[in-house]
Amino acid sequence: MGALNLVIGRWAERLPGWRPALSDLRGWVVPLLILALLETLVRSGVLPAHQMPAPSQVAQTLYLLAQSGELWRHLNASLLRVGAGFAIGAALAIVIGTWVGLSRRAEAYLEPTFQALRAIPSLAWVPLLLLWLGIDETPKIVLIALGAFFPVYLALLAGIRNIDRKLVEVGRLYGLSSLALVRRILLPAALPSLFTGLRGALSLSWMFLVAAELIAATRGLGYLLSDGRETSRPDLVIAAILLLALLGKLSDSLLKAWETRALRWRDSYQGGEDGA
Amino acid sequence: MSALLKLQNIHKAFADVRVLEDVSLSLAAGEVVSLLGPSGCGKSTLLRIAAGLDQDYQGGLELNPLLNFGRGSGIGVVFQEPRLMPWLSVAQNVGFADGWVADDQWVEQLLRDVGLHGRGDALPKHLSGGQAQRVAIARALYGKPQVLLLDEPFSAVDAFTRMKLQDLVVELAARYEIAVLLVTHDLDEAFYLSDRVLILGGTPSRLQRELAVPLTRPRDRRSAELAYLRGEALTELYQSHVL
Repeated sequence: MGALNLVIGRWAERLPGWRPALSDLRGWVVPLLILALLETLVRSGVLPAHQMPAPSQVAQTLYLLAQSGELWRHLNASLLRVGAGFAIGAALAIVIGTWVGLSRRAEAYLEPTFQALRAIPSLAWVPLLLLWLGIDETPKIVLIALGAFFPVYLALLAGIRNIDRKLVEVGRLYGLSSLALVRRILLPAALPSLFTGLRGALSLSWMFLVAAELIAATRGLGYLLSDGRETSRPDLVIAAILLLALLGKLSDSLLKAWETRALRWRDSYQGGEDGA
Repeated sequence: MSALLKLQNIHKAFADVRVLEDVSLSLAAGEVVSLLGPSGCGKSTLLRIAAGLDQDYQGGLELNPLLNFGRGSGIGVVFQEPRLMPWLSVAQNVGFADGWVADDQWVEQLLRDVGLHGRGDALPKHLSGGQAQRVAIARALYGKPQVLLLDEPFSAVDAFTRMKLQDLVVELAARYEIAVLLVTHDLDEAFYLSDRVLILGGTPSRLQRELAVPLTRPRDRRSAELAYLRGEALTELYQSHVL
């Protein structure tokens, strides 16, 4: 009896170690069920295949795209655009956001203009950008940069304005120059907000990429979407959507991993109820 | 001039409300002086003026040129809160004045002095309130100051930690020959630590009394002399309507 209790006890001790793995798997249940359901519905003819392709067909389309090398051409084009647009927009936002955060005067001059610009739905810029910049890479990258700018700018400004005045005072005590103050106190202290802004900006960048590529492009995932529509190939459209989801999630995970690493020092509530 | 730091005829107002009126004090080398007063009497403001953090006042702030021979400004400051940079390790916080090029050996030595040897790599979030304040003290000492300005540095920690920190500061001040100006509202603390106690009070605040504490160190917190001096001070505080 005692031995049995001991065995059960040991099992119970091991269980918590299993639980995270189990709870990770739980997220897969719903999507897998949906996929299985779709597959059966399409195969049995309940859903018309020319409108809703079977998951297996989408997979086949993806495989063929990958094999012919088309896939990499589109992925490459889209990744380059998002990368360049996001980097330019975020970098500008960091520079200008820091400047406005630092100086009340800069804020007085610039804030109203930015507020007004922000009120314009960014997609409304598309026709103008096409008129001004033609239909090659430049307008696409500018549009993505425009979309990435505001989330970063706003988050950073709010972050800087929320910094504990007492920490800034320590910087003044040590006679830090403005530049050193920014580098050694303001930016590190505003880093949590900055990361929130960057992650928002990244997801917006993907959105604007699709907008830009839907309108005028010969390569890229957005082009794949519109190509699929024009040639009545829903499998192509769904493949492109899946790729966008995958890339969006992947890039966000990368940023999140970086965020977790950079913000190890943070002493904040991490959420309760783990395990179970 | 022999004083390290001299405040002369300081007047200070916040938006037309006069806070300090004609306050003068000086701090000689190796001296420990307490500024005692009720909260809101402007004692912290006076310290901020001495630290150069508040430039908007009338009167004179004289700093002895000797202060400039040190590594930093010659003045170290410890605030009520530790004010550590949460993203820097303990060691990086101590050497904050020099950033990347901090003197690691000196940082090590200071951490040993404040009883945090081996905790240099810890992050501030892993420290207790008392430990964090020890780091703040080490940071203030990093620039090898000759004057230490303390703004109610022990008021946010428990009574036991407070006594330990008080002894630590007195010991380090004596070891490194640092003059201390301490702002406090704690009578026990003021008399236990100081050579002179300045009492600030009234609206606007003026210096009400200056009491010398002619006791040798190390002192005994329980000693009858300290109790007697505190009693005297209380009497004077009542008489001058500070309390």
